[in-house]
Amino acid sequence: MKQSQGHNRPKKYGMVIDLDKCTGCGSCMVACMAENNVPFKKDETNKRDSITWMKVYKLTNGKPFPENDVCYLPRPCMHCEGHHGHSPCVSVCPATATDYSTDTGIVSQIYTRCFGCRYCMAACPYHARYFNWWDPVWPAGMEQMLSPDVSVRMRGIVEKCSFCFHRYQRAMDKAHLEGRHELAEDEYQTSCTQACPSGAITFGDLNNPEHKVHQMVKPDNAHGGRPQAPNAFRLLERLGTNPKVYYLSTREWVRKAGDNSIKGEGKAHAKH
Amino acid sequence: MDSALIPQGVRRCSLGKFAFFIGIVGAVLLWGVYAMLLCWLKGLNQTNMNDYYGFALWIWADLAVIALGGGAFFTGFLKYIVGKDELKNIINYAVLIGFICYSSALLILAIDIGQPLRGWFIFWHANVHSMLTEVAFCLSCYFAVLSIEYLPLVLENRQLNKVPFFHNLAHNMHEIMAVFAATGAFLSFFHQGSLGGVAGVLFGRPFSFREGAFIWPWTFFLFTWSAAAYGPCFTLALTKLIEKVTRKKLVGDKCVDLLAKISGWMIFTYIIAKIADTYYWATVTAPEGGFTLMDFYSNNPMYGIWILVLEIVIGGIIPALILITKKGRRSPFLLVTAVIFGCIGVSVNRWVMVLQVMAVPVMPFDTWAMYYPSWQEVATTILPVAYGVILVALSYRYLPIFPQEKELNY
Ligand code: SF4
Ligand code: SF4
Repeated sequence: MKQSQGHNRPKKYGMVIDLDKCTGCGSCMVACMAENNVPFKKDETNKRDSITWMKVYKLTNGKPFPENDVCYLPRPCMHCEGHHGHSPCVSVCPATATDYSTDTGIVSQIYTRCFGCRYCMAACPYHARYFNWWDPVWPAGMEQMLSPDVSVRMRGIVEKCSFCFHRYQRAMDKAHLEGRHELAEDEYQTSCTQACPSGAITFGDLNNPEHKVHQMVKPDNAHGGRPQAPNAFRLLERLGTNPKVYYLSTREWVRKAGDNSIKGEGKAHAKH
Repeated sequence: MDSALIPQGVRRCSLGKFAFFIGIVGAVLLWGVYAMLLCWLKGLNQTNMNDYYGFALWIWADLAVIALGGGAFFTGFLKYIVGKDELKNIINYAVLIGFICYSSALLILAIDIGQPLRGWFIFWHANVHSMLTEVAFCLSCYFAVLSIEYLPLVLENRQLNKVPFFHNLAHNMHEIMAVFAATGAFLSFFHQGSLGGVAGVLFGRPFSFREGAFIWPWTFFLFTWSAAAYGPCFTLALTKLIEKVTRKKLVGDKCVDLLAKISGWMIFTYIIAKIADTYYWATVTAPEGGFTLMDFYSNNPMYGIWILVLEIVIGGIIPALILITKKGRRSPFLLVTAVIFGCIGVSVNRWVMVLQVMAVPVMPFDTWAMYYPSWQEVATTILPVAYGVILVALSYRYLPIFPQEKELNY
């Protein structure tokens, strides 16, 4: 299409996480919280009401020693595209407080518009959305360390991973000043990507064949972005959420753990 | 002391006794108000909701009272549009219950949202693709309609009616009530449906997701149908309850029988549709997402297959069979059993469509999430019940809610 060949070609920013490389160290989680001014509570024992835009799950193959195997799975917001931008969460928000950008593929959250009905949380099967049950309070002095690029969120609204959208804005500002319309691959990278010590996370434009993410998973855009690379998969592929976070693993049980399946249907389903 | 306010020709208990009753219920109401203020001032951390349970007890209560309050629109529809004139003897009470249910639902929603002062954003920044937007618009409009339907009843109070303006206003409003009833039925069709759509469109949640027609999932139609079917059960159950409390007969048998019969046939047809929907979901929709029926009903401490049996058999088939047979309707015991089972059935349906949806793990490595409400949630859920009891008591005492009361008792 002519339009998309011109300047500002629509991007589809996405992430590829190599689960064979992830050690479960949690650096991505820490980097994310610091980067995005994510509030925390004095007591974080109840994991179901603490905010973790990036969350590392521990998976096991359920077998006894010595066949036992463990895998750590980092889960940011998947920035689902759904069907034509109808992400599970975006389509349900009654106040248009969360939006799917066809320019970047990023699912945004408009904090000042969200009124906290939590319908989007009910819609997200990945539990990537978090509600501010409390007022955000930082230990004395720590407010000084907050990032000025990211607004802090008030009690009573929902927040989630933004793919560090402020970094995109910063990079675009710089590019515009330099008279460019396009970003180089390394100009816009998320905080978690850069923090991962084992290089398990790769970030870039899935639409751009020159970007590593595209080469790693070879998304089939004619079929809802399904990965064509043999070891790549997405979480809950079958539900049609069309996520933009892909996972890689050479271990079959890990790839299988990414989706639900009914006993005995294995072969028929593997065709997809 | 207040005898001048009491409708002519009927007897009511002494003012002291009445005040004592209102005082007790009022105390419960205040407890609920206290919990409500806690939620508003301190935030939703006062609840036991969490990031797995964004929707919980309140949303269930909301859906349940709206379904049970469906008696108002459906009875109105039957009386004014279909022309079942016999129902004039119960329509006032149905409207009153509807009014209570819908005002309660709006109040609960105002407590449930995290930023109540931004509640109007749902209208201002409306996303027309969201089922919740449709709910908000239709719910508010229908509440306005119910208020208009309730107003002439208030104006018929003996003293108010002496004012010529009020008298004429009430009279004229009665004349055009069919217009409001039709509007109410139309609006109800949509918001009952969109409440069903709220769960049905969640394609990320295989427990609630349903396919459908056009933009509406099957739950859209099932919710409207079930509200029309079960709403009258609630109206009848409360009629029997108030008759028991006042030890009077307030609605004639013919009227009760007619409404029970219609409700019975509605439940009967609804439950066939519900079974078909469940079958299709269990054998086609859910397996497409990689789930079997039993994935939704095992490996957790609460949700077993019993809940499906409770909803469909005990809350559906049994009341339907009782209410469609003359014998069943004529037996006071069976009739009361059927309407109570019906109320349970529809409430269980709303429960699973809200809470079980949240409980079922979707990611294969996730676990079932269980929840129990905090006392603040319970108190704020009982608050509308107490408010409803007070409003029914006041209306019964001072307004001519039951047109047949005189003829049936004195
Ligand atoms: S992961 Fe959840 S929050 Fe993120 S886009 Fe998908 S549905 Fe929305
Ligand atoms: S909680 Fe906020 S973002 Fe989520 S659906 Fe409600 S208004 Fe929209």
